Amino acid sequence: MGKRQFWIAREYEKCSGCRKCEIACSLFHEKRVWPEASRIRIFMLVPGVEFPHLCVQCQDYPCVEACPVNAMSVGETGAVIVDKDACIGCGACIDACPGKIPHLHPAENYAVVCDLCGGDPQCVKVCQEGGWKALVKVEREENVDYRKYAKSPEELTRELAFAFYGEKSEELLPC
Amino acid sequence: MLGYAGKILEVDLSTEKIRTVSFGDDVLGEFIGGRGLAAKILWDRLGERWETVDPLGEENLLLFLAGPLTGFFPGGRICVSGKSPQSNGMVGSTVAGEFPIELRCAGYDGLIVSGKAEKPVYLLIADSEIQIRSAVHVWGKDGKQTVRILTKEGRDFLKSLRRGEPREPAMLYVGPAGENLVRTAAVMAKWSHAAGYGGYGAVMGAKNLKAVLAKGSGPLPEAHDIKKIQRLINEVCRSCYEKEDFRRWGTSSAGYNVGAKRSAEPVKNWQEEWHDEKGFKVEEFEKRLWVKKFWGDFGCPTTCLKIAVVKTGRFKGAVGDNPDYELQAYVGTNLGVFKPEENVYLASLVDDLGLCGIQTGNVMGFAGELYQRGILTSEDLDGLKLEWGDAEAFGKLAEKIAYRQGIGDVLAEGTFRAAVKLSELKDEDVSRFAVHVKAVAVGAHGIRSGKDYPMEMSYACSVQAGDHTSVAYLPITHSTSELTVVFHDSAVYCWFNMFGQPKDLKWRFYEAVTGEKLTPEQWYETKALRIIQLQRAMLLLGGPDFTWNPKIHDDNPLRFYEPLPTGPYKGKAVDRKRFEELRKRYYEAVGWDENGIPKSSVLRKLGLYDVVSPMEKLRSKT
Ligand code: SF4
Ligand code: SF4
Ligand code: SF4
Repeated sequence: MGKRQFWIAREYEKCSGCRKCEIACSLFHEKRVWPEASRIRIFMLVPGVEFPHLCVQCQDYPCVEACPVNAMSVGETGAVIVDKDACIGCGACIDACPGKIPHLHPAENYAVVCDLCGGDPQCVKVCQEGGWKALVKVEREENVDYRKYAKSPEELTRELAFAFYGEKSEELLPC
Repeated sequence: MLGYAGKILEVDLSTEKIRTVSFGDDVLGEFIGGRGLAAKILWDRLGERWETVDPLGEENLLLFLAGPLTGFFPGGRICVSGKSPQSNGMVGSTVAGEFPIELRCAGYDGLIVSGKAEKPVYLLIADSEIQIRSAVHVWGKDGKQTVRILTKEGRDFLKSLRRGEPREPAMLYVGPAGENLVRTAAVMAKWSHAAGYGGYGAVMGAKNLKAVLAKGSGPLPEAHDIKKIQRLINEVCRSCYEKEDFRRWGTSSAGYNVGAKRSAEPVKNWQEEWHDEKGFKVEEFEKRLWVKKFWGDFGCPTTCLKIAVVKTGRFKGAVGDNPDYELQAYVGTNLGVFKPEENVYLASLVDDLGLCGIQTGNVMGFAGELYQRGILTSEDLDGLKLEWGDAEAFGKLAEKIAYRQGIGDVLAEGTFRAAVKLSELKDEDVSRFAVHVKAVAVGAHGIRSGKDYPMEMSYACSVQAGDHTSVAYLPITHSTSELTVVFHDSAVYCWFNMFGQPKDLKWRFYEAVTGEKLTPEQWYETKALRIIQLQRAMLLLGGPDFTWNPKIHDDNPLRFYEPLPTGPYKGKAVDRKRFEELRKRYYEAVGWDENGIPKSSVLRKLGLYDVVSPMEKLRSKT
């Protein structure tokens, strides 16, 4: 293992919805401010209930397993690496992901997944700088079930909306 | 020009025709976007017959315009405009949120809506796919339900376009108040973000337009120097991160401070401007109500918004943005309400109804004072006892206004028009209790104590009338001046993030995005001044129901000449002499004659040849 492996922990309730992480991620990967091409996406299905949605690096990588053309692999940081030339944009990885996290690049036909910026996660940097600390870089540990953190936007919305708004959240959910 | 998507979407709801319009570099360079470009478009298209255009008629235009800095400068906003059903002039009203970002990523710098739909509709914009959809099922729904239902429909549509989990489209919408053409109705975003000044919620309602949804899949427009932009973003953010108090409290510490310390907060319809209600301190809001302590919109480093939930008592379950200072004042102190829970309840209620908290809190305060004086009786109010501090009674009144029931139908016309009507009905002049300038309720910043930021002529001479965000100020190059604000509202970003920044930062930012140099001289002596003249011309032309005579109406609400009855500045009032002197100096500074009408020589110098003759006509009348 070349680089020491880390993980991006997320404290959803602290997310301000500022989307600085999307700006940073897209500037890093696309050299543009391009929210839809960001590997981290902020969902706001209910106002106030923003949260970052990004790959958790499941220990068994169901997305990598599911890819019919072997366009996905696991890099030395533990990140899922997409070979964009090989990817056929079929969406099998999205279906396989327990959190429906990968998405298709908005301009080209390939899946995008967080690549941990090669070891220096830009999203964590801006989130920390701003003091929100919804994203935290932590050491990746053995024997942790990371996969359980991969949740769909609907699931996360439901949980967080309840945490903020209690029973009233039921009448606010669009899903 | 770089920094622009280069197209503005135009939808005519009468014919259902959809097209795009573009402006050349000459126009964009001069008018920038947002409020400036809105002034240009409105004048070009409606100027000739401005006096006859009914703001709530089919012929009015509704503009939603972003600017070149929108999305790049931290804190995204959009400027909503058209002929205002409040002032009968043109107001540029900005609102935060993701909508302008989505619009620009979809390939448009703005949206122009003309005509009127036969039945309620909403617009769905997904890149080049534009749909006019039925809104019959959401007509009548409050804000939260509108957001819930349309978020689902928008996402369902996006799901049909491509695989994977789509995010929600961003949305601007109106509540019941806009549908019912209430002149104090706002254009809403999220739950509690509002473009309130101007009354454009009613314009949207008059067009049978419930909402506009947008999702863009592209990047922000190509800019001149993205590396430099990145450095500038960092510069802005670093300085914002240092303002710990503002980040922590937002404007909500002012609900106590502006009253207690500056004595400039409306209390009981501005009868007083001072209070010392310690229970209204921001710490109480934080402790008892906040479930999210930092909340913000696209790219914002400050995240000064907070989410408040009432957890106990009569109003349990009320949810919304924590009232900012304006709403702490207008649906709090101005109604004699000093309890955080009650203030949050009223704020979330007016939001749900789609009412502007400032305009509506002002007209409710006006009604409260008429009740206090026995001019309005509980009979007039369908049994309501409008005692100061009775949040429930004022809540019921807000509902009456939004649905135009009973007395609500009169108050729904806004403070100025309601005062005219009630003076007739009661055979007594009640206009002295109406605290507005040219039919726009003044923001919650009094001028009597002299301790807050506006000057004595700030509201009276503003081209946006009572709007506290855009005030007349001397010198006109000051950061508080309307001419500076026009830049923020034309490049369109949240200028809270500009507080305390070096003055030249906005010009540097503009150059990094567009590649064009902009000097303060060019801005203050030509470009800003030109936009101000257009807005002034439209404000003075007015009509069709009322027209302003600057000799009479470039004035403060009468209340501001009454001495403050309480507090550390007891006895202070606006000195008429000083006011008149400042007004005169302001007229000179912006090129208006002694009666406040733009001078022909100034208009010609600015190239506004077609404004000359309408202003000459006004001159001969005054
Ligand atoms: S930078 Fe942090 S606080 Fe801001 S949206 Fe991203 S995760 Fe949330
Ligand atoms: S979270 Fe989804 S994308 Fe990431 S490794 Fe797991 S399956 Fe793959
Ligand atoms: S770690 Fe890098 S690639 Fe992954 S979401 Fe953050 S910025 Fe994007």
